[in-house]
Amino acid sequence: MADETKPTSAPAAPDAAPERASADAVVVRPTGDRPDRPSGDRPDRPSGDRPSGDRSDRRPRPGGPGGPGGREGGRKYFRRKKVCKFCVEKIDAIDYKDYRLLGQFVAESGKIVPRRLSGVCTPHQRRLSTAIKQARNIALLPFAGRAS
Amino acid sequence: MNRTYELMFIVRPDMAEEDLGKLISTLETAVASNGGTVKGVERMGKRRLAYTVRKFHDGVYVLLLIEGKGDLIHELERRLRVSEPVIKFLTVRTDEEQKRLEKVKKIRDAHRKATPAPAAPAEAGAEPAPVSA
Repeated sequence: MADETKPTSAPAAPDAAPERASADAVVVRPTGDRPDRPSGDRPDRPSGDRPSGDRSDRRPRPGGPGGPGGREGGRKYFRRKKVCKFCVEKIDAIDYKDYRLLGQFVAESGKIVPRRLSGVCTPHQRRLSTAIKQARNIALLPFAGRAS
Repeated sequence: MNRTYELMFIVRPDMAEEDLGKLISTLETAVASNGGTVKGVERMGKRRLAYTVRKFHDGVYVLLLIEGKGDLIHELERRLRVSEPVIKFLTVRTDEEQKRLEKVKKIRDAHRKATPAPAAPAEAGAEPAPVSA
């Protein structure tokens, strides 16, 4: 920036004063550099940005799910988004007679798989749970042990 | 006003076919005499049980679709409890669930009609208005 001012001020001697003023104005860049940014409040972003700013403070960065995101020790923090199988395939009726479908949500020990592992949404998990219990009562699924 | 039920019961595997038929017809007459209707009978065949029931490892599954009042189910279950070949039964009330499924289906059909707009402009004009509003 000092290089720029020198050649301009050199040839025009009578204009040196106003040019130097402008040069000064140019040199003193930091304040007038970004005219569109008012005094340091960062309100130039749309107001919708504020809440997301807070959200990023609450959760670890979603940029690295499972890997660099969970370095605090919570490995299971942000595993890849599991979708609810029933919502995706639009299965409305979860029937207790459909033991093959129900058997997918039952562990080896016969226990019902929790929602955080299977990725099922809450209303479907409730219906699924009722259906599994009904199936257990009618001996389509076991209460405990391997499902034959 | 009538409720719909699904009554599933398991019969011991060493029972003869005609005895099973007799049992089902007995139940059907009981339903009719108590003011209900049998919507359907489904014999699901012999299946391996998930656990031992009264020392049996297999059983013949039968499903009855019934429409009637609650007292009818009391009567049927009483009969099933005393009948010797039946080893397990389960009654599930289905009318509320059917109502919910129909409602969901109706909403979904309304959505489907709304999306092909050039095909049905009148319906598309009528339906999205209550849906989106």
